[in-house]
Amino acid sequence: MTTARVELEVPVRDALAGLLLSVADDEFVIGFWDSEWTGIAPMLEEDVATSSIAQDELGHAKALYELLAELTDDDADRIAFGRETDAYRHAALLNHARGDWAFSVARRYLYETADGVRLASLARSAHEPLALLAGKMRREETYHLLHADAWFRRLADGAPEGRDRLRDAVECLWADAQDVFAPLAGEDLLVRDGLLPEPMHELHAAWLARSRPILEPLAGDLADRRPSADGRTRRTDDFAWLHGEFTMVARSEEGATW
Amino acid sequence: MVSPTTSRPAAEARIWEELARIPDPEIPAISVVDLGVIGSVEVEGRRVRVELLPTFVGCPAIGVMQEQIGERLRAEGLADDVEVAITFDPPWTSDRISPAGRERLRLSGFAPPTPVPAGPALGQLDELAVLPIAVCPYCGSRNTTMDNPFGPTLCRAIYHCAECRQPFEQFKRV
Repeated sequence: MTTARVELEVPVRDALAGLLLSVADDEFVIGFWDSEWTGIAPMLEEDVATSSIAQDELGHAKALYELLAELTDDDADRIAFGRETDAYRHAALLNHARGDWAFSVARRYLYETADGVRLASLARSAHEPLALLAGKMRREETYHLLHADAWFRRLADGAPEGRDRLRDAVECLWADAQDVFAPLAGEDLLVRDGLLPEPMHELHAAWLARSRPILEPLAGDLADRRPSADGRTRRTDDFAWLHGEFTMVARSEEGATW
Repeated sequence: MVSPTTSRPAAEARIWEELARIPDPEIPAISVVDLGVIGSVEVEGRRVRVELLPTFVGCPAIGVMQEQIGERLRAEGLADDVEVAITFDPPWTSDRISPAGRERLRLSGFAPPTPVPAGPALGQLDELAVLPIAVCPYCGSRNTTMDNPFGPTLCRAIYHCAECRQPFEQFKRV
């Protein structure tokens, strides 16, 4: 990684660590949910696509955990695999099991559009290693957006069963999707110092302006909901199951590396 | 410190020459230099620092490339200490593939990536209205369709040529 020994006040460093952890955990958890489709996606092309997207997301998570480890003098593998379920900070949107294909498409669409807005901002972060990484990630996420958008439209404009399932999934996930923009501890400091160029509530508004016109023809009027204060700390049994899966090797082989 | 007995540009040139012999682990037809993943080379006496620009952040070949570069430069007696650092400054883009590299890709059945569109549109959904076009590496036809923007590795997409009816891969535009 690009080494940039930044001298930050402790509260600012802690807030930056929280930001890095939130993005890393989002990418890590959605990457593992996607990998649950490997071998059983509806068609061969989707086996390849979801596996490839999952590999991208896990690669992004790894790079972000490494930035975090450098900032906090920790170990990226320990951060990724050495925590209990309640120490993960992914958005509530990513708590749900993968569900059926329509559910995965709905979640991917909600997540990728939100992540796109967030990455565009982070690419301008005053924390240069983060800005560089976010800029590089955006080039890859373009393909994820393409994939999510194509499938969303295909189901939304298709046969009634797919359309109904997609609509039900959007309604089920809508409240939790807001929590990609849940407020972060020390966010005022991050914005003050340009580490997070826009506050989360502004990014949230930008995302709504962009995603609502696509979602509402399918799902009808979607309720105005604010991201919740516990949007990155609520955990579910679904996530506990996934955590058991992705920590299995680390638990059985202490010191194993990825 | 530059060793007084070593002409720095010559030492660097020798390293680049050697790096140009290291094949990409996933597509061995092209070297890491032609692929554009070598960002810079610095020589300080017997110590060499190479900056490596990953094609994709999660590319599993990164570690293999780091090892191969270190081993090769030490085995050729060009350095005692080799550091291969990963950086995204500048980010690797498919425009970094050299003209010779593009030709080698084409000869091995990969369509080279089309140029990356300029401007701030990159990474935005709007940009996706224009899908990358691929020229068939076998018959040269532009009458091709993308079957899957995802392929056997992170950096490859799958196409089909309507002219010669041959499936082929494109090195992704990114």
